Amino acid sequence: MNRLGVKRSMLARIVPGMASLTKRGLAGWLVILGAAIVASIIIMTLVSPWISPYDPSTKGINVGKPLTPPNSQFPFGTNDLGQDMLSRVISGGGIMLQVALLSVVICLLVGVPLGLFSSYIGGVFDRTICLVMDSVYAFPGLILAIAIAAMLGRGVTNMALSIAAVYVPSYFRVIRSQVLSIKEMPYIEAAQSIGAKSRTILFNYILPNVVPSIVVVATVNFADAILTAAGLTFIGLGVEVDIPDWGWDLTNGRRLLPSGVWWVITFPGIFIILLALGFTLMGEGLSELLNPKLGE
Amino acid sequence: MQKQLLTVENLTVEYWARRGKVRAVDNVSFSLGKTETLGVVGESGSGKSTLGLSLIRLVPPPGRIVNGHVWLEGIDLLKLREDEMRKVRGRKISFIFQDPMTSLNPVKKIGEHFVELIRTHEPKISDEEALQRAEKLLEDVGIQPERINDYPHQLSGGMRQRIMIALAIVLNPCIVIADEPTTALDVIVQAKILDLLKDVQNKYAMTLILITHDLSIAMERCDKILVMYAGHMVEHAYIKDIYRNPQHPYTQGLLRSIPNIELAEQKLEAIPGSPPDLLNLPKGCRFWPRCSSAMEICRKTEPKLIETEPGHFVRCFLYGDAKK
Amino acid sequence: MTLRSYIISRILLTIPMIFILLTIVFVIVRVLPGDPVLLHFEKMENPQAIEQMRVKLGLNKPIWVQYFDYLSGLLRGDLGKSMQDFSSVSEQIFSAFPATLELAIFSMIIAVSIGIFLGVEASKSYNKPKDHAIRVFGIVTYAIPVFFLGMVYQIIFGVTLRWLPVGGRTYPTMEPVGLKIPLTQPPGAFAAHLLLSCIAGLVPATLGFILLKMKSKKITRKILGFLILIFSATWILLAGLGWHYISMGELRIATGLYTVDSLLEGNLYKFAEALRYLFLPSLTLGLVLSGVFVRLTRSNMFETLRLDFVTAAKARGLKETTVIYGYAFRNAFLPILTMMGLQFAALLAGAILTETTFSWPGLGRYIVDRINFRDYTAIQGAVVFFGILVSLVSLVVDLLYAYLDPRIRL
Repeated sequence: MNRLGVKRSMLARIVPGMASLTKRGLAGWLVILGAAIVASIIIMTLVSPWISPYDPSTKGINVGKPLTPPNSQFPFGTNDLGQDMLSRVISGGGIMLQVALLSVVICLLVGVPLGLFSSYIGGVFDRTICLVMDSVYAFPGLILAIAIAAMLGRGVTNMALSIAAVYVPSYFRVIRSQVLSIKEMPYIEAAQSIGAKSRTILFNYILPNVVPSIVVVATVNFADAILTAAGLTFIGLGVEVDIPDWGWDLTNGRRLLPSGVWWVITFPGIFIILLALGFTLMGEGLSELLNPKLGE
Repeated sequence: MQKQLLTVENLTVEYWARRGKVRAVDNVSFSLGKTETLGVVGESGSGKSTLGLSLIRLVPPPGRIVNGHVWLEGIDLLKLREDEMRKVRGRKISFIFQDPMTSLNPVKKIGEHFVELIRTHEPKISDEEALQRAEKLLEDVGIQPERINDYPHQLSGGMRQRIMIALAIVLNPCIVIADEPTTALDVIVQAKILDLLKDVQNKYAMTLILITHDLSIAMERCDKILVMYAGHMVEHAYIKDIYRNPQHPYTQGLLRSIPNIELAEQKLEAIPGSPPDLLNLPKGCRFWPRCSSAMEICRKTEPKLIETEPGHFVRCFLYGDAKK
Repeated sequence: MTLRSYIISRILLTIPMIFILLTIVFVIVRVLPGDPVLLHFEKMENPQAIEQMRVKLGLNKPIWVQYFDYLSGLLRGDLGKSMQDFSSVSEQIFSAFPATLELAIFSMIIAVSIGIFLGVEASKSYNKPKDHAIRVFGIVTYAIPVFFLGMVYQIIFGVTLRWLPVGGRTYPTMEPVGLKIPLTQPPGAFAAHLLLSCIAGLVPATLGFILLKMKSKKITRKILGFLILIFSATWILLAGLGWHYISMGELRIATGLYTVDSLLEGNLYKFAEALRYLFLPSLTLGLVLSGVFVRLTRSNMFETLRLDFVTAAKARGLKETTVIYGYAFRNAFLPILTMMGLQFAALLAGAILTETTFSWPGLGRYIVDRINFRDYTAIQGAVVFFGILVSLVSLVVDLLYAYLDPRIRL
């Protein structure tokens, strides 16, 4: 079986699988709901240049009187620079989505092969990597991300790198436990006995079975990445001022709170929650579909 | 007829599963006098355990008691509030579960089980008094009193079942329900436990309901028998009547399948077929697919329960006349 | 595996883990691209000042020497010097830590209480609306950024309703000073200091010991005893680090936790004020953290409630509260304990954001301040401190778990 054949068959399983989600009870609906939320936000961000009423970047300063509460002209009010909050909210998800996506990609590229090789090869190599991963895993995530981000500086890539560094151990652990249980299965032995190369076994046999767990971890990773990115921005390790970003609005809006200006933080905050919630729901639903809980 | 201690009328228990409704116990009625022993006999899935649990209203969800009355000392237990029912459990009626390995709390010592039980129902008693009563009871059931400080996992299965019995009788209940008390134990211990139950019953003048799948045990140790099949009560009579005149084909089949150690060579006669799926009951009498005497009418209508001789009830078209 | 061998192996495992952690932090701060000193100064205005800083902080030495200095310094409890004023990072951290500790303790109490309560309620009404609502609550609380929730509370309770303060730890001039014991003669020696502090620490130690050894069935007493023992051991250990100080004619015992210190002082007004300021930050952090506990309790209780001995207990007529809390919960409790340890890391992470939101003068805010000042050596010290703290806490939790589970003790 060549690689392309494996990938095609995986895809062939996934697509009709998605259609049958509605029949899988509550868990299926969770996935659909979560995916719908996420998809809507992604779409909203992508078409934002065309649908935002005003320019959300620094060119859109003073389109309205600063610090006006929500009204008919500015449904989400304006901030201290006179920018329209609605436009900023519509376009503000971009950074977070990019950071999250990038961090997941990095994790997949680093964590998956590492997990596969390490657990398959075993031995001292495996034990050392395990120890390192456990140490990182035990460490409070945000703090590590802060340390890395502080040293690397601002920017989307750096944020993504810090988040990825924190998350790789999770992927590693999940893959490792899966691989260890699959490794002992008869069909792997059978493949080995007909002389299949380790690489072939890994990619064509083990990997496809590990994919469901990876998907679950990835969705949780997304949700966490959103929240961590927001946190990093809040601390001051985010992106440059010009690009509209929900996290930045929260940080900025904080100063305005004592004067009773609540609208600058509320709407971006709600959208952050929605985005994180969307991914979390997907993750919950997927994990239940793949590992059904007892008693359901 | 002496006044009956326990009277059960039309007790019906349903389970509401996703695939449909199941009647685990369907219109069961019987009565029991003081110090009598009732044996409830049936295969797995006949509803006998559910019947036992329904008497103390502990049918696990999604099961519900949907109809009937359980009269104890003049009060209908099914009409009590939950907190009133709680006071009945353990005190007036107690229940001995099937599996002694999992019925005791692993993190509590044996003595603590007793103290907790006694003090829940009789709060005025002190810890020391409760422990004394417990120790005495342990002696009664044949366990060394020092064991009171042990944890459940330190005792064998037989010992734990004795403790369950002790816990069931410590408050002198009127009725003890034992649900397959020996199924999880080995054969030698089985006999001892059953003997113990008998001793205890005599000593404390208690009424016993023994639920079992083993008809021979019931025949040996009970005064009355209630045979259950697929939720229905199919025969109910005194032991002597069952010996002399077993009426329902199922009861006859069960009697025939008891191996007799005195016969040199014996073909074990099993009842052909297997119990029905309660979601998909056959039309008519539930037993007809396995009955050698099945008639036309059996496949169409469910037989009603009739009293063929005083105290002998059977649910079968072979008996009673159409005029009744 | 016996208890003793488990304890030994667990402690031994911690050592390499901490070591790896320390190395990782070192690599991040010193080895990753970006010279910390240059980053600190941003613009190359004053090459002399830069070089001076390098020398003072020992950053001009070769990397291996720096690594060695770093590790040996840690053994002495030295976490480095701040880039801002070359003062000891350890001192700054230890003075900021009690605030974070207080916040962490109260938040954890709130999180566990909410979690257990809702989890039990959910397991009782399985698959009914109440259960679904509680599950939704658990999921949503996880998705809320903790600082957002904090700000919402600030708006509602602080600005609009004006019931609670929005920042700080207590009203100025209301800082508790703890217990002061006047001494007739100013004690001179360091030994006297140490002795008196240790004696003060032995009081809770004996209490803890008694609780532990009591012939009681109550698990809560044992846990309490164990924790008090740990607490007093830490107290005695820290006695030498200046948490109890002696000035002219008096011995002062203070923990740095305002709630405790105000009680030690006997001043209830200060206690009330400290609680007032503590309420919103710990509620915020506690709520966000509670979701995990709700889920864990719910699933554990659900499984345990279906077990035979629970039905058997009900059959004996025991009260519902006894059955739930004495039977089902006791067996479901241990995983919750482990989760508390695991969540400690998340707690600290959340504390950073919460402290920033509420201007709470703890370690979290300290880190954020240092970031704004580009004080990289201080950041390194703080991160190391966090890492070691988390490792030790998870060690303690694991040991406690092993002690409490009667099945492991066999």
